[in-house]
Amino acid sequence: MIKLEDVSLVFGEGSPDRVEALKKINFSLERGDFITVIGSNGAGKSSLFNAVSGLYPPTSGRISRDETDITRWPEYRRAAFIGRVFQDPLMGTAGNMSVQDNLTIASYKGMKKLRISLNKQKKSEFREMLSQLEMGLEDRMTDNVGQLSGGQRQALTMLMMVLSSPDLVLLDEHTAALDPRNARKVLELTDRFYGDYKLTVMMVTHNMKMALDYGNRLIMMDRGEIILEVEGEEKNRLTVDELVNHFHDIRGVELTNDETLLS
Amino acid sequence: MIEGIFVEGLIYSIMALGVFMTFRILDFPDLTVDGSFPLGAAVMATSLVGGLPVWAGILLALLAGAAAGTVTAVIHNELKVPSLLAGILTMTMLYSINIRVLGNKANISLLKQSHMISALEDMTGAFMSAGAAQLILFALIAALAVILLNAFFHTDLGLTLGALGGNERMVVAQGSNPKILKIIGVGVSNSLVALSGAFAAQYQGFADASLGVGMVVSGLAMVMIGEFLIRSSRIHWLLIRVIAGAIVYKAIMFGGRYYGYRIHLTPNDLKLVTGLLIILSLIITKTDLLSRWKKRHQND
Repeated sequence: MIKLEDVSLVFGEGSPDRVEALKKINFSLERGDFITVIGSNGAGKSSLFNAVSGLYPPTSGRISRDETDITRWPEYRRAAFIGRVFQDPLMGTAGNMSVQDNLTIASYKGMKKLRISLNKQKKSEFREMLSQLEMGLEDRMTDNVGQLSGGQRQALTMLMMVLSSPDLVLLDEHTAALDPRNARKVLELTDRFYGDYKLTVMMVTHNMKMALDYGNRLIMMDRGEIILEVEGEEKNRLTVDELVNHFHDIRGVELTNDETLLS
Repeated sequence: MIEGIFVEGLIYSIMALGVFMTFRILDFPDLTVDGSFPLGAAVMATSLVGGLPVWAGILLALLAGAAAGTVTAVIHNELKVPSLLAGILTMTMLYSINIRVLGNKANISLLKQSHMISALEDMTGAFMSAGAAQLILFALIAALAVILLNAFFHTDLGLTLGALGGNERMVVAQGSNPKILKIIGVGVSNSLVALSGAFAAQYQGFADASLGVGMVVSGLAMVMIGEFLIRSSRIHWLLIRVIAGAIVYKAIMFGGRYYGYRIHLTPNDLKLVTGLLIILSLIITKTDLLSRWKKRHQND
């Protein structure tokens, strides 16, 4: 569905601070995939997401979606079929607006129309969807989002994202800033939405166990490259220890402390 | 006299609504206002002198304001400069343009022209004082502006403009092009400002290229005074309090003009007073004086 061919992303070309965030990445996503992405800090996980979402267009290479070349499409245009959830729960919602206003904005992608679409029917639809989150948000629809907790905001962001049924969902450590209880809840929600809305998911995580427990594919990144790709049965059999050993074998380095990979 | 304060307040409240839109809704501090206010006045005056009907002059003023706002938004969008600099650029260029619009003169008198205000007097002069008629007219106009803007901010587009000021990333994530939204927002804002200028020219009986000096600051003062008068986060109250703030601001300025001589204030000091008003408002907001004062009185 989404295909990356020889995608490189270089910052500060020609300067001493030149950083090669992505090195000729080749990668393709099929509909229904749930891919977990792991790697240490600076491995290029977020850069990969930025290239796919359109925040930073690649320096070279090609990104396509069902044969359509979208390499130069700006972020807002790709947002019509790509949803993204960030680590910071404040980023996905407008805190100065009410829950129902946020949902209204998210109810369709693209240029918003000059018409009032928030009516009784819409409100009851929203109430129904909010009650599925089991966070009591259905009774706080006119409250400003700024008054909600981080977990509630992130759950709302997830709901807003699936509202317009995107092809691809990019989750950028979307549970890392939440307390354990809320993190679990948002993760459950992720799994449920994946099934209910037939999503295609890419999820960055620092938690290796989570990376193994969820999804059908796993990729490991390091220094701007994908160094390991496993899927299906092979992934199911994999353990955290094996994953760490894989990393050591591939990179030929003995880490004094596995935290380097995990953190 | 008291009618005069209200009428002036209502006329300038249209401008303040524009300032409110950029400063408070879009989070796009826009200084174009100092140029687009006299632009509206100049376009209106030149249209009237050229023999166009009042409605055509108003329409042209609205379009000219929208064009000025578009220029600011495009400079900001495409050249990636801060909104303040983009606004200053447009404002400075407008100073020359406004003199051009006025026919290479610094001002045009409308005293011998028939216009909105004179037509109003002809219509209602038999049974109503000029002041009362103006008050009713501009109260209706301000009410219409509030009603239309309130409806606008309830549309999907209006909601998205509201979200843009709070979180641009979220708006992009929902597939809207923030550049287009900024053009719409700043364009509508400046067409309101130009409309206010068009009314002011007819009310004062002249259009002057220097009419806009300090306009954005007085607009901001009106917005901030309104925020003290009414506490709410509902959009209709946010709009209504701009109107209220504009009237109170004009009353304070009136007080300064007529009674200020007792403390040796001259009309030339009013811009200083306006600036001090804003600083005072900022101090009160930043230090939360009002709620501390209320708390102390509750404890008594």
